[in-house]
Amino acid sequence: MIEAVGLTKRYGAKTAVHNLSFQVRPGTVTGFLGPNGSGKSTTMRMILGLDVPSAGHVTIGGLPYRRLPNAPRKVGALLDAKAVHGGRTARKHLLALAQHAGIPARRVDEVLGVVGLQEVANKRAKGFSLGMGQRLGIAAALLGDPEVLLFDEPVNGLDPEGILWVRNLMKSLAAEGRTVFVSSHLMSEMALTAEHLIVIGRGQLMADMSVKDFIAANSAGFARVRTPDGEAEGREKLTAALVEAGGQVLPEQDGALRVTGLPLPRISDVAHAADVRLWELSPHQASLEEAYMRMTQGAVDYRSTADPRAALQPPAPAPWQQPLAAAPPDWPESSYPVLPGERPNPYAQPPAAPPQAPPAPPAPQAAPTTAPADLTKRDSEDAR
Amino acid sequence: MTTPGTTAVPGMTGMTAQVLRSEWTKIKSVRSTVWTLGVAVVVTVGVGALISGLSAREYKNLSVESKIKFDPTFTSFAGMGLGQLALIVFGVLVVSNEYSTGMIRTSLAAVPQRGLFLFSKITVATALAFAVGMATSFAAFFTGQAMLGEHSVALGDPGVPRAVVGGGLYMTLITVFSMGVATMLRSPLLALGILMPFFFLVSAILGNVPATKKVGQYLPDQAGQKVMQVVTAGNDAPYGPWAGLGIMVLWVLAALAGAYAVLLRRDA
Repeated sequence: MIEAVGLTKRYGAKTAVHNLSFQVRPGTVTGFLGPNGSGKSTTMRMILGLDVPSAGHVTIGGLPYRRLPNAPRKVGALLDAKAVHGGRTARKHLLALAQHAGIPARRVDEVLGVVGLQEVANKRAKGFSLGMGQRLGIAAALLGDPEVLLFDEPVNGLDPEGILWVRNLMKSLAAEGRTVFVSSHLMSEMALTAEHLIVIGRGQLMADMSVKDFIAANSAGFARVRTPDGEAEGREKLTAALVEAGGQVLPEQDGALRVTGLPLPRISDVAHAADVRLWELSPHQASLEEAYMRMTQGAVDYRSTADPRAALQPPAPAPWQQPLAAAPPDWPESSYPVLPGERPNPYAQPPAAPPQAPPAPPAPQAAPTTAPADLTKRDSEDAR
Repeated sequence: MTTPGTTAVPGMTGMTAQVLRSEWTKIKSVRSTVWTLGVAVVVTVGVGALISGLSAREYKNLSVESKIKFDPTFTSFAGMGLGQLALIVFGVLVVSNEYSTGMIRTSLAAVPQRGLFLFSKITVATALAFAVGMATSFAAFFTGQAMLGEHSVALGDPGVPRAVVGGGLYMTLITVFSMGVATMLRSPLLALGILMPFFFLVSAILGNVPATKKVGQYLPDQAGQKVMQVVTAGNDAPYGPWAGLGIMVLWVLAALAGAYAVLLRRDA
């Protein structure tokens, strides 16, 4: 069990981690999610006693790491796949780490087998790909057969087969009763691997709940409503009527409307009452990735702006516009992949208010420029 | 949380043995160890032999004063000024490789007792530098004396054993000093960028310019090299050969204390 209480780390004026309290329990995979620079690695380093917290503390089994008897046999960690001397072979690297902790040398060959690096055991690490580096780092974490395992972004650089392997490894380690704490910036990956989630943004706790609850709370659906093209007044009339009926309406880039807070039949009734024809009225499921983005929206350090491509190319419609314009009004349901374990479309029932962390209303100015274009992309990414 | 029976907590002695063994594995599993130490031996012995050979030929042309000051033992160590640079590289790389690769985090997670980690690493590298330094010193002496021919001295002559053993100690100490500095600076480029010019140029300049000589002779290499001199005519240092080495030891201890203090307090 890992327990953080009021964990805070300041580097000069910058606060990397602020008043973070959480518990990581044995027997489950706990995902540690946050955008780049949100303090995940700093927290991991504090758990391992590498960085000293500015305030608060973090313990493993009740003791700070540096006071833990035989710490490397109890806690295994992968912090950085590239943290290997390039001139040393994989076997010698692991052997040195094993000797540090008094682990017999034959264990080195065991873990090399577990991660599938036997073939390159005597090759110098500088020739390793990022994926091989990750496997070597995972091997190092497994050396001491530890009860507590920390993995910082373990799937970076792995191929799909490797990602699947890591996912199953994490699950089996947790099933053996170990504490498994895995950081990632990919919500989709964590939804498949973890049972519990700790989400941080700008070093602060944003959510601490089971993946199931996270999905229920955050995968709120929305409806896409499209009025006939070229009838702007119909669109405005419908918007006003929907807002009056209690819905939230956001314009999408292709001229459709994104409606939340109203069930589909109600939207149809409102349109009928307002005497507006509809070309499209379709239920959509917000992806987990989207929920996570929304949650950490205000907490992203590095945000890209839309690329205007000024004068580089002759003006052309953005690529996302074409498939949308070409799509028939009765868009097939299968275009909107639903993650396994996702809740049924809430538009079938009256929408429930999220029990925790209500999403901040998206800034209206920002929405038309960046967000919808990203969301289209993310929907398709979730199909993996 | 339960503790499986396999994870018996080793005592301090057992743990030290583990860490020493691990550091030995690390040091012998990288090529830079062989390269840097090999260059140190070849350059020290080779340049010493060359200078000794040239000195033997030029001896008859020397002034009387120079003949009195001529120190066959120290002449055979003439390659040490260049050879020590390879040892500095060895010392710096042993430590700063951990930092430049990021391995330091894995190492310190494996050995949370940072003092144990640092001094195990330095002990292993020092033992290796001592073995190589001693062998080099004796090799440089015998090769140099062979080149000096009729002007040579024997190992049994007064002061000579001290100078030859001192040469090995000097090479060891310069390595330890480099490791201490590298631990404080972390970056290999920064450490080498400061140590190499200092020991190759700055120290020699400070030690030979009359105005700064008084200060220069207390620098680690200037003081330490006195132990290798047998003929002390023209030597105006206010301390003897062993005291000179003692001054160097103080520098080394200061560097180690600084390294320990910095490593203990710094985030890895």
